[in-house]
Amino acid sequence: MKSLKDLEEIRKKTLDSINMRKDEESTRVVIGMATCGIAAGARPVLLAFMDEIGKRNLQHVTVSQTGCIGMCKLEPIVEIFEPNKEKVTYVKMTPEKAVRVVNDHLVNNRIVTEYTIGNYEK
Amino acid sequence: MNEISLHVLDIIQNSIKAGADLIVIVIEFDGERLTVTITDNGCGMDAETAARVTDPFVTSRTTRRVGLGIPLFKASAEATGGSLTVRSEKGVGTVVQAIFYYGHIDCPPLGSMTQTIVSQIVCHTDVDFAYSFVTPRGRMDFSTREVRQVLGDDVPLDTPEVVVWMRESIDNEINEIGGGSIQ
Ligand SMILES: Nc1ncnc2c1ncn2[C@@H]1O[C@H](COP(=O)(O)OP(=O)(O)OP(=O)(O)O)[C@@H](O)[C@H]1O
Ligand SMILES: [Mg+2]
Repeated sequence: MKSLKDLEEIRKKTLDSINMRKDEESTRVVIGMATCGIAAGARPVLLAFMDEIGKRNLQHVTVSQTGCIGMCKLEPIVEIFEPNKEKVTYVKMTPEKAVRVVNDHLVNNRIVTEYTIGNYEK
Repeated sequence: MNEISLHVLDIIQNSIKAGADLIVIVIEFDGERLTVTITDNGCGMDAETAARVTDPFVTSRTTRRVGLGIPLFKASAEATGGSLTVRSEKGVGTVVQAIFYYGHIDCPPLGSMTQTIVSQIVCHTDVDFAYSFVTPRGRMDFSTREVRQVLGDDVPLDTPEVVVWMRESIDNEINEIGGGSIQ
């Protein structure tokens, strides 16, 4: 690990905004990451969420993962938990859909109904 | 699974489920064989389970009766003339090691190990990861413990700027030792 000096710079730069982030209630994006999810393409979906959330500078949003959500055919599955709101489950996700979910749902507060599980169960 | 790095991602999930807080991943390429070793300090398995775990009917999960992760990884390694071994000790941890013959026509590409490692660091900020990549030209050693030492307690590992730094510095160092052509 060579560029630890750059990391020290990043620490200094981000310290202030980090302290702000602590006070906000967080939104969680949770991705199913069992064998079935990984085989169906969960990793690029996770990376797309990480990238887009970083680009949009959504400091109140954290990305995490869970095991099998129990609907292997609909993987990759992503659940969004927002404070005081019902959970939203998106299914058959792709990196392109992830970008749209970040922008429509997380930035503009509009659920992307066509990607939700309700739309597939019909 | 069409990339070795996706199998690694899957095997890491077993370590996480086993409650590990240190996971060590080593990729070694000697020009012919690619050896992948994942070591954790999770709950481990008793000798009987560890011996049977490569058989797809062993699982502790409840949503499906069979475990697929390790058997799939093993089948993939064996298709290249390689092998997979599991060593485990209850209460100590587990080592999963797979050997792939990288020139074999049925060998999947390694794929993006960096994506596998960095995504796991972001999703499990309470777990430490060490990742090494060894080629005939040298080695790259990365560890979240060292990163944490620089960042202190205030800046978490999933800060976007830190994530970008981790991806770039791992990729740059792997390229310097000629690992980029394997990834
Ligand atoms: N690192 C580990 N530490 C402790 N136990 C493990 C470890 N890896 C595997 N096991 C045990 O072996 C079983 C089989 O693992 P495997 O990855 O093949 O299937 P699974 O994780 O049960 O299900 P799947 O991977 O298909 O989602 C696990 O359920 C667990 O009991
Ligand atoms: Mg598994």
